[in-house]
Amino acid sequence: MGLDLSPDLDNQPQLFGAFNNPLLRLKGLCVEYSTPRGPVHAVDGVTIDIGSGEFIGLAGESGCGKSTIAQAILRVLHPPAVITGGEIWFENQDVLSMDLTELERFRWQGISLVFQSAMNALNPVMRIRDQITDVIEVHSKLSRADAIQRASELLDLVGIGQKRLMDYPHQLSGGMRQRVVIAIALALNPKMIIMDEPTTAVDVVVQQQIIQETQDLKERFGFSVMFITHDLSLLVEISDRIGIMYAGEIVELAPSRSLFTYPLHPYTQGLMSSFPALTGARERLTGIPGTPPDLVFPPPGCRFHLRCSLVQPRCKVSKPAYEQVSPGHFVACHLV
Amino acid sequence: MDSDMNLKRTPETGEILLETRHLAKYFRAGGITSRKYLHAVEDVSLSVRRGHVLALVGESGSGKTTTARLIARLMPATRGEILFEGQNVLKTEPRQASLAYRAHVQMIFQDPFSSLNPTQTVGHHLARPLVIHKKAGGRQEIQDQVFELLATVGLVPVEEIADQYPHQLSGGQRQRVAIARALAVDPEIILADEPISMLDVSIRMGVLNLIERLREERGIGYLYITHDLASARYIGNEIIVMYAGHMVEGAESQELVQNPAHPYTRLLLSAVPDPHSGIVRKRLEARGEVVSLIDPPPGCLFADRCPRVMDVCRLTTPEKASIDASHWARCHLYNTPA
Repeated sequence: MGLDLSPDLDNQPQLFGAFNNPLLRLKGLCVEYSTPRGPVHAVDGVTIDIGSGEFIGLAGESGCGKSTIAQAILRVLHPPAVITGGEIWFENQDVLSMDLTELERFRWQGISLVFQSAMNALNPVMRIRDQITDVIEVHSKLSRADAIQRASELLDLVGIGQKRLMDYPHQLSGGMRQRVVIAIALALNPKMIIMDEPTTAVDVVVQQQIIQETQDLKERFGFSVMFITHDLSLLVEISDRIGIMYAGEIVELAPSRSLFTYPLHPYTQGLMSSFPALTGARERLTGIPGTPPDLVFPPPGCRFHLRCSLVQPRCKVSKPAYEQVSPGHFVACHLV
Repeated sequence: MDSDMNLKRTPETGEILLETRHLAKYFRAGGITSRKYLHAVEDVSLSVRRGHVLALVGESGSGKTTTARLIARLMPATRGEILFEGQNVLKTEPRQASLAYRAHVQMIFQDPFSSLNPTQTVGHHLARPLVIHKKAGGRQEIQDQVFELLATVGLVPVEEIADQYPHQLSGGQRQRVAIARALAVDPEIILADEPISMLDVSIRMGVLNLIERLREERGIGYLYITHDLASARYIGNEIIVMYAGHMVEGAESQELVQNPAHPYTRLLLSAVPDPHSGIVRKRLEARGEVVSLIDPPPGCLFADRCPRVMDVCRLTTPEKASIDASHWARCHLYNTPA
């Protein structure tokens, strides 16, 4: 399949992942959870470069490893999860060998993280102001007065307003609490924000507002965003590039429009067939039969072969290589 | 109308099976002595028809789930009627729903795990309604029907699945068990409350297609509750949009999506991600948040957020205005005489 995207690599490298100096590099990252049945290979050899100012989406269903990657990058994995292999480089620093001091600076100043259902993770007995200043004080050398000043600015920035500074979380709506969490993530002007399912728990109208606000802030401050979600349809309109994860691996990575127009991996195609369109003729969609594989004993060969409608004999025995098949478009599939 | 799968006619399609009239539900807000009420559902009048899917769409707090629970008679209504087989069941069986009602009106829920008993096998879940409603007698007959139900919803091999416990099944499988359980009594109506929103994305279409197949094969009438307009359009013949406890617009699905009349519907449509639309759509600005439903103010509850609000909107609740054949909206923009 020939893709003629006429890449403009010099002027728009972010669309094709061809960065001279990527902000974040993951090389063969592996994370395992130990369980009584054996180790779960939650992330199995993920390699990706993310550039400055890039908006990259990571899509996949439950158990694919996308949240685990986010936590691994910041080294906040809970036992029994542990990084068992690979490298993480941030601005040419080796994250996996950082000591605690370096880690404290890396976290929140380098990269910050908005967790899933973060709005429920706000401390119910602490005022909003203190939750923000708490983070600032731990991860920077700002004085308390400066931290409070910063907290006010942040609330203005995310559109909540300073008069909510002294409120408790329960006094704010779900959408506002989510904005508080984003404000906390922005507190120290990070170079990159990882957002893990930030809009799953909010209504579609609030979701749209939050996404718009995030994009505006990104334009203004120039940070990169890694947006993790199961909702692929959401990503197409907002991301520069999209990575599709399945069973702990990235199976396809491409500029958004390319991925949407020419999805190459059968799993990506199946995912596309899981989102009914809002406009146009009503077509029958099928989704994908079966369930994600057991990650303690993943299937041999390609991990998707048991559910793949295009499966060939070699798919069952040999693992397809993850390769670039056209500028910026990577896929791991024997059929491509 | 475009020819697509939803419009195949089964015999007697369209016959009204159940109708609600001016259904309302108020919850007391505050303590026991409080005189304040949260108006969760207000003036809901709709019909569920044979072989027809009515989608009730709204965000959280819109009252859509409460409406389904009222129709399922899981809680008493504050006001209004539920007409079934020509009778207002709220009058004829006020204390609780009769077995006959339950045999005709079944419900499936959003969380496929919590709606199943973790200590019982799949087989038990399906046998129970068969016994309670005397659909089968004797072990063999019950087992046969259980296996048949499992096969109908695509859970095979049936002998194996019947012996499993809920935790051994995937989310999609559990939801199919819930559907099988609802089917056990051979209902005319199924109330489906967000049946796919907690399932993995790739599994959702399979479950929706099953619901559709049962509609076509058995003429089941559905009330499909969702916040997702895209799935509402996919499976619904008709869509009613709810906001802050009120029905604000209703139309045949394609019509609603193509010609939304109510400003809230337009806002909702513009907020739904739709990568299929080639150009970047103009997003409508959403202002403010939903008004409090506790002792709500007079007039239209969308007034504070409406880009086309007029003075009258804060004074009186708009009447149903006709936009087109079977397309209506409760909005003063359409009530104002020319």
